[in-house]
Amino acid sequence: MQSQLKPVAWKLHCLVLLIALAFPFVFHSSFMVNFGVLALFYAFIGQSWNISGGFAGQLSFGHVAFFGVGAYASTIVQLRFGLSPWWGLPASALAGAVVGGIIAVLSFRAGLKGSYFALITLAFAEVLRIVTNSVSITGGGLGMLIPMKAGAANFQFAERSGFYFVILVLTAASIAIAEWLRHSRFGAHLAAIRENEEAAMALGIDVFAEKVKVMLLSGAMGGVGGCFFAQYFLYIDPTVVFGVDKSVEMLLVSIIGGAGTVYGPLLGAVLLALVSDVTRVWTQTQGLSLVLYGGLLVVIIAYLPNGLIHLFKRRRAAAPARETR
Amino acid sequence: MLQLSGVTRIFGGLRAVDGATLKVDAGRIVALIGPNGAGKTTLFACITGFQPIDAGRVDFMGQDITGQPVHRIARRGMVRTFQITQPFAKLTVHENIAVGAYQQFAQRAVAWEHARSVAQQVGMEHMLAQPAADLTVAGRKRLELARALATAPKLLLLDEVMAGLNPSEILEIIGIIRKIRDNGVTVLLIEHVMHAVMSLSDHIYVLSYGKIIAEGNPAEVVNNQAVIEAYLGRGNSAQPAGAGAGTAHA
Repeated sequence: MQSQLKPVAWKLHCLVLLIALAFPFVFHSSFMVNFGVLALFYAFIGQSWNISGGFAGQLSFGHVAFFGVGAYASTIVQLRFGLSPWWGLPASALAGAVVGGIIAVLSFRAGLKGSYFALITLAFAEVLRIVTNSVSITGGGLGMLIPMKAGAANFQFAERSGFYFVILVLTAASIAIAEWLRHSRFGAHLAAIRENEEAAMALGIDVFAEKVKVMLLSGAMGGVGGCFFAQYFLYIDPTVVFGVDKSVEMLLVSIIGGAGTVYGPLLGAVLLALVSDVTRVWTQTQGLSLVLYGGLLVVIIAYLPNGLIHLFKRRRAAAPARETR
Repeated sequence: MLQLSGVTRIFGGLRAVDGATLKVDAGRIVALIGPNGAGKTTLFACITGFQPIDAGRVDFMGQDITGQPVHRIARRGMVRTFQITQPFAKLTVHENIAVGAYQQFAQRAVAWEHARSVAQQVGMEHMLAQPAADLTVAGRKRLELARALATAPKLLLLDEVMAGLNPSEILEIIGIIRKIRDNGVTVLLIEHVMHAVMSLSDHIYVLSYGKIIAEGNPAEVVNNQAVIEAYLGRGNSAQPAGAGAGTAHA
């Protein structure tokens, strides 16, 4: 077992950043850059889940709630209020944080934990999907189409690599947040809450407040993920941005990669993007990627219950490591 | 430092703690003893905010803290340990203690250094890198103590930190608790290991069926008839309490 609150070596951060920066120059086909964008995008929204689900142990099945309101908030700011799409970033962060805060206050005040909390988040996501489907400001079931106007000022890029660098900055920021959690008091509080709420309380940690804070943070990140999604695909509708599949993908990439670790979501996201692209290109069969990914999930849970990241950690931990499940 | 007045906690028809009144003076080691099921742990839970109180009040450092949330009471300087140890299992010993130290210090380096020195105080300095899940019972008990101590409490509530330890480990813990008191921390402890209670305590309260039935210094308490009866049952005390006592519990 590895230490949970020790910082990751800065050399590793530099190496990963360097690889990520070089990627679009080495593989400049639009197919490969698209692959990179999706991998980083999943890493980013996976990290949003990981901050609350992995670091703080508050498992959510409805993280798409933040993602969806973020996507709608940024698109509404842009289309209904005519602001620059870049305003969509803070707007989506705010919207995600507000929804995260509301869900957190309501469910933690009621003492919901574990699977009950997971179900309540799922319910919130579904409610939001139905609401956006039926009010006019969101365009209802028709969704919202963002007109194509390429140009950095419009948060649109003719070259996919423009998006690549935007999502790279966001993902790097999310990794920096995760890293900060490993050596801050807040992160130590979250780890304590995840491991044992009663003991955390007994030491003087305001468990309720810390859980609300982490949901604000995670919600804001999820919201920003939604904003990026809207700008990249230029179309959102309730079933796409509030779909259960996206919640599942967010938690899967983190759990497969390693929940509660800094690089878990990135690792899981690269694998998810690989599996989905490879199966799509080679077999031309819709949905096969998820079947494969499901199979991988089973194998990983059976052999690497702490995620893929454990492969690397095992090797590094030369000390007589005991298996703890 | 700590003053309980008529603290009562009722579970359905059971008065788990029934009008408990006791006082812990600063700088002392006070023990709370009593037979199994007497309500000692429940009383701890009531004092520290884990359980609501149905009647009575708790004053700590001259302020009424009745009904305050657990974390606020802990931040005032009254920190408990758990009888059934509650380690942060996936964290290392060092990280576990650091969580306590973070309650005093916001800076990581300071908190971690403090955690290391607390580990030394309780004799865990060679286990710092071990995951808490791998500790033995003795290690976990020590960790409970270390984590609470790292918060710099004014009053430390120890719930059976010696249960399950072997005699030499008990001797060590006794020494550690004395040192903690000598460093200016007041201690209230629940303990079943009698020789430890006798040698450590300045004052003892005896709880039976939720009521404080006796108090005094160790010598007074062991010779108290009510205490002997509570532990051994009637009829075993020096002076049997009248005819029919033997069948009273039948």
